[in-house]
Amino acid sequence: MTDATADRPVVHLSGLDKSFPTKGGGETAALQGIDLDVQTGEFISLIGPSGCGKSTLLRIVGDLIEPTAGSVEVNGKSARQARVDRDYGIVFQAPVLFDWRSVEANVRLPLEISGVTGAERDKRIDEMLDLVELSGFRDHYPHQLSGGMQQRVAIARALALQPALLLMDEPFGALDEMTRERLNAEVLRIWRATGKTVIFVTHSIPEAVFLSTRAVVMSPRPGRISHVVDVDLPQPRSEDSRETDRYYELVTEVREALRGRTPDADKPDTDTPGTDEPASPSQERARAEGSFG
Amino acid sequence: MTAGTAAAKRQPGWLARLGPRAGKILPPLVVFVVLVLLWEILGKAGSIPRPLSTPTSMADALVEHADVLLRSAWATLIEALGGLLIGTALGLIMAFAAARFIVARDILLPLAIGAAAIPLVALAPIFNNWFGIANPLSKMAMSAVLVFFPIFISATRGLVEVSPSALELMRSYAVSDTEVLRRVRVPNMLPFFFTALKVSTTLAFIGAIVAEYFGGTSEVIGRVVLTAMFAGNFGLGWAGILLGALAAIVAYLVVSAVERRAIPWYISLRDGDI
Repeated sequence: MTDATADRPVVHLSGLDKSFPTKGGGETAALQGIDLDVQTGEFISLIGPSGCGKSTLLRIVGDLIEPTAGSVEVNGKSARQARVDRDYGIVFQAPVLFDWRSVEANVRLPLEISGVTGAERDKRIDEMLDLVELSGFRDHYPHQLSGGMQQRVAIARALALQPALLLMDEPFGALDEMTRERLNAEVLRIWRATGKTVIFVTHSIPEAVFLSTRAVVMSPRPGRISHVVDVDLPQPRSEDSRETDRYYELVTEVREALRGRTPDADKPDTDTPGTDEPASPSQERARAEGSFG
Repeated sequence: MTAGTAAAKRQPGWLARLGPRAGKILPPLVVFVVLVLLWEILGKAGSIPRPLSTPTSMADALVEHADVLLRSAWATLIEALGGLLIGTALGLIMAFAAARFIVARDILLPLAIGAAAIPLVALAPIFNNWFGIANPLSKMAMSAVLVFFPIFISATRGLVEVSPSALELMRSYAVSDTEVLRRVRVPNMLPFFFTALKVSTTLAFIGAIVAEYFGGTSEVIGRVVLTAMFAGNFGLGWAGILLGALAAIVAYLVVSAVERRAIPWYISLRDGDI
């Protein structure tokens, strides 16, 4: 977890292709020529329109899908070995909690499977429930919780085995905007507290900018990485970060990238934070509210 | 209109004021009592066909033939429960096989769905011949066949229709198929299974009693009803029907209670309470 870090990336993808067979007997390229290194402690968001292969890419990292070509390394091992070693935790768009298990028992599932028992297991469950602030709900059943709370249980479950890597596939896509923003802040807090490396799939531009250290922008047909935007919004971030000029600039930059424009072409110095932005803050704000997708 | 709704809000119905339980139980109970009274009055007046008898002559027969009726109800209960047990066991075994082997599922499930659509009680004479007409097993066999299909079909669906994300989650843990079966598929199956089991409990009694109509020992509900009706003793016939119904209801309530204990999370999910 913390020992084997050094210079080695947590995730190393090179020359990755993925194609799916189509009904007509042909093939569609879901992903093409993906190269990406994710370093320890990074928060990477994969952002792009539907069909750009971002969820497929996440699943390839998790060895839930096999790539057609190219290599995937997670924690310096094959993706398969990393999965077998339970080196990552995963959160899906749906919470995927088991109805027949209480909150506590849902968080306990990976611990049971991994043979963690006794006091150690109880300690981990307590820690995880504290982390997602659901200690008061440990005996509740999933149907008694709101969608946001269910997703927090899913996060606690994903972190229960203390994996180095957390994979999140549009975890807040089904939630309302207010809940989503609250959970965004929560995820940042958890990320800071645990020092995990996170790969986060989203189609929300504000979410990608607020959360990530790098936003990997993808374009569809075939799914490719079109831009990588360094999100240099200062850490630690808070709700106030969403109201800074730099935030709006970055939102614009990601949006431009999604539109297929090279941000560097019409903005030569991206590094100097918004000195002579032509757009007024209120206009920028209005544009920043929307989400892509 | 607004005045009307306001008044309705201020004054809850007299039924609601009796409390939630009484408010629920009372209306059907009143209707039931009225129907029984109507049956009695019309029967005494001779306004309904004689085979429909009356509640009082049914009650008389119940007292007079209590020992025979109870022995018969017990015998039929054993047949039905035996059939329920055999049919459920076979249904579950086949469901696990079908869930485990896709080929088995592709062959067995369409066959089962097709077979479930045919009037299976027509098989009763065959079982009577096969296992011997006096052998309770011939009645259990009829019951078991009726029970088998809903159990098999529902349990298979419950084992197979698991959310793809749940399977992905288990795959992320790199666990064996057995572990997935134990931790995901079986719990997922239980609500399907219990729904089918409740339907099957009723079917088990139908199977047993229909098989009894085709012949066998005399002290079983089906034979008691049949001979009483042939002899024109309609009160006794109805008393037999009542006891058969009571046995089935008790069995159903037991299954419901087991369901409540086994899958409380699902019951409360369905009722939306807690």
